[in-house]
Amino acid sequence: MCAFVFWEGGYQVRELENDPNFNAGRGSVLTSQGTVEMEACIMDGTTMKCGAVSGLSTVVNAISLARLVMEKTPHIYLAFDGAEAFAREQGVETVDPNHFVTPENIERLEQAKEANRVQIDFTQPAKGDIRKENAEANGGDSQIGTVGCVALDSHGNLASATSTGGLVNKMVGRIGDTPVIGAGTYANSYCAVSATGKGEAIIKATVAREVAALMEYKGLSLKEAAAYVIEEKVAKGNAGLVAVSANGEVTMPFNTTGMFRACATEDGHSEISIWN
Amino acid sequence: MGGWAIAVHGGAGIDPSLPLQRQEEACQALLSALHLGISALRSASSAVDVVELVVRELELNPLFNSGCGSALTAQGTVEMDASIMDGSTRKCGAVSGLSTVKNPISLARLVMDKSPHAYLAFDGAEAFARQHGAEIVDTSFFIIEENVIRLKQAKEAKSIQFDYRLPSKGWDTCASEAEQMVQMNGVPISLYSPETVGCVVVDALGRCAAATSTGGLINKMCGRIGDSPLIGAGTYACNICAVSATGEGEAIIRATLARDVAALMEFKGISLKEAVDCAIHERLEDGKGGLIAVSNDGHVICGFNTTGMFRALATEDGHMEVGLWD
Repeated sequence: MCAFVFWEGGYQVRELENDPNFNAGRGSVLTSQGTVEMEACIMDGTTMKCGAVSGLSTVVNAISLARLVMEKTPHIYLAFDGAEAFAREQGVETVDPNHFVTPENIERLEQAKEANRVQIDFTQPAKGDIRKENAEANGGDSQIGTVGCVALDSHGNLASATSTGGLVNKMVGRIGDTPVIGAGTYANSYCAVSATGKGEAIIKATVAREVAALMEYKGLSLKEAAAYVIEEKVAKGNAGLVAVSANGEVTMPFNTTGMFRACATEDGHSEISIWN
Repeated sequence: MGGWAIAVHGGAGIDPSLPLQRQEEACQALLSALHLGISALRSASSAVDVVELVVRELELNPLFNSGCGSALTAQGTVEMDASIMDGSTRKCGAVSGLSTVKNPISLARLVMDKSPHAYLAFDGAEAFARQHGAEIVDTSFFIIEENVIRLKQAKEAKSIQFDYRLPSKGWDTCASEAEQMVQMNGVPISLYSPETVGCVVVDALGRCAAATSTGGLINKMCGRIGDSPLIGAGTYACNICAVSATGEGEAIIRATLARDVAALMEFKGISLKEAVDCAIHERLEDGKGGLIAVSNDGHVICGFNTTGMFRALATEDGHMEVGLWD
């Protein structure tokens, strides 16, 4: 997850999608059938235009297809076969679905199936899972996650984008919070928010919209609003978010064990961290 | 106040020239669904059971754009969406892209109750329906002759707004003409199928629940998802209130309309009526939709900024109304 202030944010999510260390694009986690179903969402806080996609299996950059849905269709949200057909019609880059399947994720799926659980994409391995611990000791990393980016440009425009492969061992057809406007992704004139974590918990708490609504209707600052949502509105261990406000405030709270995050502002401040 | 309250809707954005007989039929169908809900509330059913029961009834009525009678995609197929939310637990379930499940709202309920997820779509949702023994019918069950004709007319109308492949220049030159027609979602209102259905209930214990079901937009692209299955957009319930919205899906999604009613009450401390007025008139683009809402203290209200909305509502103290226009 990353936040940029006064930076051009357009290509950031694409960069992250193409890095197999994250659960989006290549590196997406697998469904219970061993397939990939990617989803992404983008929202422009100035125009309130938005685009979302779900159930992609061949599109290299899901976030760019979400942008095309926003700009080139009368709709906001396209999913599964219809979204794939639209991708072909628009001539975006597609590849064989196997491109997205990495050996690490095949192993992760096997472990999840053995444990008979639907695994949150960055859940720590179960205790006693020696093979996984070895994998980690060998440089494997279970703390990979959904990617997201929020940005405030030098004209004061806010935008948010989120992209994910979803949950390990998720049911085929499962949609998480990422493509749902107001849950995983939201932007308006007050702030831009991108959330990550347990999709089902984020959907029912409408996390991203909640941060904006607290600022708008209760007059809270971005930091206060985001902290309130993460502490009071989502069960512990379920969510984190990155957010930026119209006045350049950045916040990255989470109630999980850690969250990969980075931020940078025009005045030269930057930080990158995983843990508290 | 206090006590139970219930509201149902059958869509916002009604063709002003809709034949009177058809208007009457729709009102009767809404009243009959309302009475079904009232009976269930009188026998102490929970809010979430009642909204499912009522929406199931409306899904089976071909007058409405949900279940049997769903609007057709550009390919002439059906892709139905539904969602349900129980405000007391904030548990929710949603489905999209269904083509053989007789009652989409009951599958949404199964997703909520029986899966680890909140939202299943397309093939995965269909497979889940079979696993859990939801009633399956041939897809022709949902396709009525009237909608086949409407789709043909919508394609012939070749609405400029709707055809994203046309250059934006063409859009400008035709805009003034397009504006003269009453349109919903880029199609002339006479072809628009507004009749998404929804139900909101607060039961005698103050528990709120909401459910919404739709066939979606006529002539939609395959794979298009609207507001109905999106928690916070078309459907939302919490411990304060429950909301079901209808209208142009894209505008409702942008406005996170259902959640906004609840957020206004929760964060601004205003009443249900004030929150609905604000959401409809200040948050939602004009002419784009409507909603029904109940609060935990037994208030019920509807609001819309379209030409009419099919709705009916009732409270425990005997108040009842049904209507289409302002």
